[in-house]
This record gives sequence, C-alpha cells and structure tokens, in this order.
Amino acid sequence: MKVERVIKYEAELDKDFSQWVVSVPGGEQIRDCIQCGTCSATCPLSIYMDYTPRKIILMAHQGFKEEVLRSFTPWLCASCYACMVNCPREIKITEIMYILKEKAIEEGMYPKRFPIPVLAREFTRMIVKKGRNPETKLIIALALRTNPLNLLKMAPLGLRLMKAGRLEIMTKSIKGKDQLKTMLQSLEATT
Amino acid sequence: MKEYAYYPGCSVKGTAKHYEESLLTAFDVLGLNLTELEDWNCCGATLALAVNELKSFTMVSRNLALAEKTGLDIVTPCSACYLVLLKTQDYIRRYPDIKAKIDRALKSVGMEYRGTVRVKHTLEALVNDVKLEEVKNRVTRPLKGFKVAPYYGCQIVRPYKEFDHPFYPDSMDRLLKALGAEVVDYPLKTDCCGAAIAGTMEEVGVRLNYVLLKEAQKRGANCVVTVCPLCQLNLEQYQGKINKRFNSDISLPILYFTQLLGLALGVPEERLGFNRAMVSADSLLEAA
Ligand code: SF4
Ligand code: SF4
Repeated sequence: MKVERVIKYEAELDKDFSQWVVSVPGGEQIRDCIQCGTCSATCPLSIYMDYTPRKIILMAHQGFKEEVLRSFTPWLCASCYACMVNCPREIKITEIMYILKEKAIEEGMYPKRFPIPVLAREFTRMIVKKGRNPETKLIIALALRTNPLNLLKMAPLGLRLMKAGRLEIMTKSIKGKDQLKTMLQSLEATT
Repeated sequence: MKEYAYYPGCSVKGTAKHYEESLLTAFDVLGLNLTELEDWNCCGATLALAVNELKSFTMVSRNLALAEKTGLDIVTPCSACYLVLLKTQDYIRRYPDIKAKIDRALKSVGMEYRGTVRVKHTLEALVNDVKLEEVKNRVTRPLKGFKVAPYYGCQIVRPYKEFDHPFYPDSMDRLLKALGAEVVDYPLKTDCCGAAIAGTMEEVGVRLNYVLLKEAQKRGANCVVTVCPLCQLNLEQYQGKINKRFNSDISLPILYFTQLLGLALGVPEERLGFNRAMVSADSLLEAA
C-alpha cells in the first residue's frame, strides 16, 4: 500500500470559492455553522450521499472546491427542507445545495452520467422552448441520454399511466413563449 | 363565493389529472371559484433552480405578473409550484439585485410585478378561507370506512411555514375528520417521498416510499391522502417494486384530499377521477 497524504494543507484550499459561497444569496450565514450534525441526522437521503450535509457545509466554506462540486451530495438532495428548518444556526442548507448544483454545471464539474444534472438541463431546455413541461418527452429524453435500457424498465409504468389517461403525449405551446424567450434574453444581457 | 387565480402547474395536466378534476368540482361546491390563469407558463419546479436560479425566478415572475393583473390570490395544487412561487417572492423582496434584474426582464415584454400577489396552496385556501364548520355542514356522504393516513410531504409546510407546522401539521387531519373519515396518527406525515430524486433513482424511491407506506399500513390505514402530484405518483408507482424487494404486502390507494372532499360533499365518483388510480380504491368506495 502506498502511503499518501490525504488531508489538504490550508494553502491548497480555494479561498475564492469559499468567498463566493458566502457572497451568493442563501450562502451568507454558512460560516455560522457549528458542525452539530443536526442536518445530517435529519436528512433522509444522507445514507446515499458521499459527503453528509454537515460535511458539505464545512467543506464549502473552507474552500474544498473540487471535492464539493464533484460530490453527489447536492444532486441527491430532494429539497425536503427538513435540515434547513431544523438547523440551530438558521443556515440555508437546502438553498446552498441549489447554489452548488448551479455552480457545478457552470464549471462542468458535476458527476458525469448522473441522471439528475442531465434531467435538470433537459427540463429547462424544454420548458424554455414551449413554456410548458412535457413530462413524457422529458422522461424519454432523459433515459436516452443516460441509459437507454432504463426506457424498458420504465415502460410498464408508462403503460399503466397511459391506461389511466394520465400520460400527456402532446404539449401545447403557450401563446407567450416568445415573451418568455425575450425575458430570458434580457436576463442574460444583465448577468 | 370566493375567486382565485388558479395556477395548475404542469403535473395536473398529465399524471395528476384526477387531482385537477376533483379539485375543480369539489371547490365549486364550496363556492371557491378557480379561474385558470390565462397563458401561464411552467414554473420550472425545483429542477430549473438547479440549472439557473435567476432563470427560474424570471419564469415564475411572468406568472406572478399575470396574476397580479387579475387582482386575485394565486392558488396552486402542486407543492413544488407553491414552493417556487413563494421562493421567488421571497428573493425578490430580500435581494434588490435580483429584483432589478427581474423587473428589467419583465419590462422587456411590457410587464411588471409590484409584489402584491398572495400565493396559497389549495389545502391552505380551503382551510383558511372556508370555516371547518361550514364544510362539515355541507357533508352529505360521510367518509365511512376510510381509515386515512394524512400525508403532507415536504414543500407545502417547509421552509415557508405559511399556514401550518413544518413537521407536525394538522390542518388536513382536521379537515378529513370533519368529512367523516377516521384519521390515523401518522408521524411520518411530513417525511420526504424523494420527490424528483425518487423518479430518477429507483433505489431511493423504493426505500423512502417503503418506509412511508409500511408505517401507514402498520397504523391501520386503508389509504393515504396526499396534497401534491409528485408525492401521489411516488407513493403509488413503487408499490409493486416495494412488495417484491421487501417481501411486503402493501396495497394502499393513494388519493388526493380533493377526491375525498368531493366524495363527502356528494359529488358523483365519476367526476372525481377515481378511475385514474393505479392502485384502485374501489373496495373503499363500495364499502362507503
Ligand atoms: S444543522 Fe446547521 S449548524 Fe448544524 S451542522 Fe448542519 S448546517 Fe451546521
Ligand atoms: S433538504 Fe436536502 S440535504 Fe436537507 S434534509 Fe432534505 S434532502 Fe437532505
């Protein structure tokens, strides 16, 4: 076994990242964290996470940029807001998870082939185009992008939903879809 | 008669059609008039927030601006839409920078949002705007034989605690009791169903929903009542897989509170979307 240093020196941490977290809406109080672990204990998804919410919060404000942005944790957060409501320091943990997801996509660092980032992107692309969310197409697109075999696995559910008349194949565009596009362009011009 | 701007969200136009069907008929009986917001757009629910928060706020603000013009409160049946609407309002209020960008985007298409709209969940509108006594007086078919686990899920009560407790809400418990149902004590009422994660990662969906359903079964419930399209779908769709994986025998109809409301108010079953269930409630309906 090779003996390696596994702990980072402080000098290797990304202080810009740490400052960035504090500067974005929702991240302001992150430094108030007392590492009590209430969030991790509350979180129903923490058993699947590579870093628990408590760890992610600490690592984010310490500047472990790579580790945090490549982590599965934010992508596994189901936004149940249980941690955030319970946090004794009122840290906006759930909102920080959102910020981290956004940042990970921006920096191209999200875990590859993980369905959720793909889903999120695909979702936004489709709603921006039509103004409405075509549930069915989204699911198919997602399966094709990740693992086409998933389509087969999902087929029984699709059939059951179809029988119940709960599958909408066609999505009508809204009248104001150009309005929506113009608004988003205006947004891009200001950011 | 009370008027609302109805923001349906995308799910009730697809997988949750029976939520909308039952909502519109039941609310109508109580004189709650939902007029669909003209040309509303998808709010991006919680997923768009992951890609770009500002984009999501911008899309939502168009709906808020449309609603403001009507002068009515927004009512939405979907907990994810509800959360995104509230969060957008919250961020517009707290961050001048975000407000400026959104104002500019709205202005680019000749719209504005002054911040006067009130956003309500359908359950909130019902329990806050109609007296429970009044609902009770209108009941013509008490929900005999229904032993209900009231499941609220997350985003209707968290993080914006607009009308009930974030972990132990009871507004729906009281409503269902008024409708004549037996309500079981259900401590998992605000535990998470996995939301969109459950849909994309089966392992998560199966486990979280197993816990929720098993507890409901153990407590003697013969159905679970929900307030959100995503919760309803998750709890319903995994039952087969759960039984295989955990060797259990769960078969619980997952209903919308509006279906039971309509039923108790005497609306014919056919108009409440019971036929759209994947786990049928027929035996309960026959017994009632
Ligand atoms: S609950 Fe709050 S204070 Fe405690 S570890 Fe989590 S983020 Fe830190
Ligand atoms: S909001 Fe996310 S991190 Fe917090 S408890 Fe829920 S799933 Fe876990």
